[in-house]
Amino acid sequence: MNCREIQNLLQAYGDRELGVMTSLEVEKHLQTCPQCKQALENQTVLGKAIAAGAPYYKAPASLRDSIIASARQAEQPRIIRCRWQWNPLAAGLAMAASLVLGFFLATQFQQHSARDLVVGEIVASHVRSLLATHLMDVVSTDKHTVKPWFDGKIDFAPPVNDLAASGYPLIGGRLDYIGGRTVAVLIYQKKKHFINLFIWPAASGGETPQTTVKNGFNIVNWNHAGMAFWAVSDVSPEDLRTFAGLLESDTSPAR
Amino acid sequence: MNENEPTQFEQAILPHLDAAYNLARWLTGNDQDARDVVQEASLRALKFFGGFRGGNSRAWFLTIVRNTFYNWLGKNRPHEVSTAGDEELLAMEDPAVNPELLIERSANVEAVRGAIEQLPVEFREIVVLRELEDCSYKEIADVAGVPIGTVMSRLARARKQLQEILTDKSEPGGRP
Repeated sequence: MNCREIQNLLQAYGDRELGVMTSLEVEKHLQTCPQCKQALENQTVLGKAIAAGAPYYKAPASLRDSIIASARQAEQPRIIRCRWQWNPLAAGLAMAASLVLGFFLATQFQQHSARDLVVGEIVASHVRSLLATHLMDVVSTDKHTVKPWFDGKIDFAPPVNDLAASGYPLIGGRLDYIGGRTVAVLIYQKKKHFINLFIWPAASGGETPQTTVKNGFNIVNWNHAGMAFWAVSDVSPEDLRTFAGLLESDTSPAR
Repeated sequence: MNENEPTQFEQAILPHLDAAYNLARWLTGNDQDARDVVQEASLRALKFFGGFRGGNSRAWFLTIVRNTFYNWLGKNRPHEVSTAGDEELLAMEDPAVNPELLIERSANVEAVRGAIEQLPVEFREIVVLRELEDCSYKEIADVAGVPIGTVMSRLARARKQLQEILTDKSEPGGRP
């Protein structure tokens, strides 16, 4: 590829939007072309400056409250309009139907309840960690600081990896309580968003990552090398799966 | 209905309220107008919630926020509604900007904010979605309702403008 073609791809390369093969071609070109290298460098400088300098405006609490209030008010009239005539036959049928439905739901719920419970707890913990500003007990981007911090606080050694090179820097760790046990939580950042990664010992199996959405948060969980990993964040499902993939390829039992 | 229990609508929307407000705040340029836009967008989202088929609720809500903003813009500041030409995918071209100067000026938080505020809205929204919201090109294309190629060309031009504003020698970080 010539310089002109590469220049059309540089931005997407810097934004990690190119496929592996094209990225390799761009990288090959960058090694020999100082001009393209400088253009990419300028984009990186700008991106970092925006991430560091531009304010992220959080929604004021009063706006949140007023949206909830007006949404509930708007939903009110619909509920009233739905009133129906009480009729013994319909009531009997409805009761029979709800019994059948109830039985069906009960069996369904039993299968999923354990997982749903964990998902619920993890999302709650994620939200709490961001709200109460109790995101981290140990603040460090150095895995050699974060990993020893867990020593003596929990009865297992979570693998700690920094993925800064791939756009997911490690920023710290904390302890949390999920499913009746103390677990390790590593906090990663993706631009201005946080990813909480919960880790605890688990039986083998379930290595294929599973994606779940709850309350608008994305959750990906998988097992690897005797540990259960649950990542939760408001980043897109694709980004979270990429993150999981990076961790998995980086996590060997030896570390 | 239990008063304290979040409805399905609230569960889908509230996690993305910060993203919505941040976008509206950057686009309108002030708190009160941003609140109005997000409030209005939430009511529209509620109206259309029945048609939401699940999936990316952030992109869905941000699309509504963006559309609400453009309606608001047409009513309140019609002169700002511009039609940016999206002819060709603009390459980053030769690095005409002075790299040392760019690094130096980029450290100035006020200059960076001022530079983004100077961008035309259709560039500003893409910069906010990409650099602050970390949306993929595909998500930005969905939210802005334009092809991915247009997203890339606008992003390239926005970045070029930002670099130019930041390295403008006459007035460091200030308005031209």
